[in-house]
Amino acid sequence: MGEEPGIVHPRGNLPPLSLHVPEPKFRPGDAVDFADVAIPPAGAARRPDTADAARDFTDLAYSMVRVLDENHQAVGAWNPRLSPDTLRRMLRHMATVRAFDERMFRAQRQGKTSFYMKSLGEEAVAVAAAHALDAEDMCFPSYRQQGLLIARGCPMVDMMNQIYSNTGDKLQGKQLPIMYSEKRFGFFSISGNLTTQYPQAVGWAMASASKSDTRIAATWCGEGSTAEGDFHSALTFATVYRAPVIFNVVNNQWAISSFSGFAGAEATTFAARAVGYGIAGLRVDGNDALAVYAATAWAAERARTNGGPTLIEHFTYRTEGHSTSDDPTQYRSAGEPNAWPLGDPIRRLKDHLVVIGEWDEARQADMDREVAEEVKAAQKEAEKNGVLGHGLRQPLDSLFDGVFEEMPWHLREQRQMMIDEETASGRPWDRK
Amino acid sequence: MNMIQAINSAMDVTMARDPAIVVMGEDVGYFGGVFRATAGLQKKYGKTRVFDTPITECGIIGVAVGMSAYGLRPVPEIQFADYIYPALDQLVSEAARLRYRSGGEFTAPLTVRSPFGGGIFGGQTHSQSPEGIFTHVSGVKTVIPSTPYDAKGLLIAAIEDNDPVIFFEPKRIYNGPFNGHWDRPAENWSKHPGGEVPTGYYKIPLGKANVVRAGEAVTMLAYGTMVHVCAQVVADTGVDAEIVDLRTLVPLDIATIEASVRKTGRCMIVHEATRTSGFGAELAALVQERCFYHLEAPVERVTGFDTPYPHSLEWAYFPGPVRIGQALKKILKD
Repeated sequence: MGEEPGIVHPRGNLPPLSLHVPEPKFRPGDAVDFADVAIPPAGAARRPDTADAARDFTDLAYSMVRVLDENHQAVGAWNPRLSPDTLRRMLRHMATVRAFDERMFRAQRQGKTSFYMKSLGEEAVAVAAAHALDAEDMCFPSYRQQGLLIARGCPMVDMMNQIYSNTGDKLQGKQLPIMYSEKRFGFFSISGNLTTQYPQAVGWAMASASKSDTRIAATWCGEGSTAEGDFHSALTFATVYRAPVIFNVVNNQWAISSFSGFAGAEATTFAARAVGYGIAGLRVDGNDALAVYAATAWAAERARTNGGPTLIEHFTYRTEGHSTSDDPTQYRSAGEPNAWPLGDPIRRLKDHLVVIGEWDEARQADMDREVAEEVKAAQKEAEKNGVLGHGLRQPLDSLFDGVFEEMPWHLREQRQMMIDEETASGRPWDRK
Repeated sequence: MNMIQAINSAMDVTMARDPAIVVMGEDVGYFGGVFRATAGLQKKYGKTRVFDTPITECGIIGVAVGMSAYGLRPVPEIQFADYIYPALDQLVSEAARLRYRSGGEFTAPLTVRSPFGGGIFGGQTHSQSPEGIFTHVSGVKTVIPSTPYDAKGLLIAAIEDNDPVIFFEPKRIYNGPFNGHWDRPAENWSKHPGGEVPTGYYKIPLGKANVVRAGEAVTMLAYGTMVHVCAQVVADTGVDAEIVDLRTLVPLDIATIEASVRKTGRCMIVHEATRTSGFGAELAALVQERCFYHLEAPVERVTGFDTPYPHSLEWAYFPGPVRIGQALKKILKD
């Protein structure tokens, strides 16, 4: 056997080292069994006082806060005891997100836009959080929190205008679809670079604290992107300055095709990332809207009373592909979404409302029909402003707007060059 | 004033006028910065407006972007420009694009101060000139002063600017102009007109170059430390060169450059950064595009080499009077 250059082979009686490369439990074609996913009973988790020191409830970073039990009752210390009206509003917002996603996904498949991302199966994460936060609190979302906008009352037509990059898109077609910016709804401009919003949320929260404001910040990232350096910088800053910020890690098990093991899930939980920083860490059932609400409300109170940051891991499952450009059948078992042991967040909240006598199947069917109609009407309205698939809808020269507050000479020259080029080409661009 | 005092004064006068301005960075608070540029500011403006940060450049800039989104005007310090790379993503993908991608809903009016450049025996990690990386990015402005007077006026303009600005401070000339002769005693700013700095408020607009010496034989384009080295070479050789201190690289004062090159017919570009894809390449291209029929010789570049900054060999690396003098001879030959 020839020696490989530069490689030292084991000496003496030492066993050869081996490199561990994580592998998900199921691949396409495999039968799925989630029996080993540890899911503690609902109501079992204790609820510390929001003023308690983070080290006094480290256990909550390793277990799971759950409110809805298998009989669809809300149980335990974390039960937020919401009014039926609030529960119905949350249900409706989650159903609206699902209907919106469905319709926009189809619009992408129909060639009306270039790209879309659904949050199927994770609607509770954003919607319940939005209900637990104040409307003035600032959100620094990732790309799967459209539920924040729906729950905060952002008109769906505006969201669709952005998705279609049409004449009604206030971002002038400069951003990828779903990368919304909605300052009026406390929704920061979304970046495609992962977790860059984490330190930004901390900065916003620090600014709010330094100005003796009462508003707090919240931010979201996926479990895969907790590996980014920004995540760790953000946690360091947040703990150092006790920033009034809520970090949400949406553990939906898959980062495109990489399962959560590649972000470290085999060794620990994502909520436990908080422990080393001295930050409060909570792990919650992300498909339980009441648990998400309760944890967010707890963290918000902690932040608002100068108790500092909280990191919440939302244990959930990405039922669909990562985006319209992804094909999950290529890397995971088709049986996974249905076998997911925490069920469907909308169905669970609906079942709860039914069990407590505040809802029934007929009303659910009516609601589903209504939200579908609302989404359809919004789509019709938005498409009056055009769709990306039918050609660009922005005035050409707007391409150079907004790089700087005032346009410097080199951009003015390039703009003129482009206009001359387009004029000479005779291309049928829709120009103002 | 020396340049550090001028920079300190710029922050002081702007902070007094605008409570939205905050100064942040490693060691900038209680200690006043490793170069003392922020000395006394925390005492005057308090810990919430001038504060020390953890050692995480991506965190410093990311937090500053979030503060901007809130409505503050952060002035983060990156202790040495060599350490700005971990913050690149926050600067390039976030601060620089925020206005564009949010339709103007959010902006990042932050000014990143950072000492840069060599000639202080700082080795590979305390000597680099990364300005070319930022001039390549759409959405950030890049400013480099060459005197205390300019440093104060430009920094005030940068802090008040509504776009993100990278403000590189040539640390070799913090305490006095450096003429390129490393073995001769250094001059002090008190003996230089650029060291006369008003204590009050004044601005030097971004995008305006300064003709520091009028001449007819050749145009020398430079910024930062190299302005002084060029001036010394001109004094040593007696060449009637026009020296243009660019002051801001983006936005660039193309009108002043064009007018000068058209007059002299020759153009030489001097910078300390590595040569390949350096800002000199952009300047050479612009001059060629705009002044080709006025040129009597090829555009000449004098730069650092395409190597890391070598500690004990830094004077061989540094584009000093010998290298510049030879280039002058070459360009004037034709």
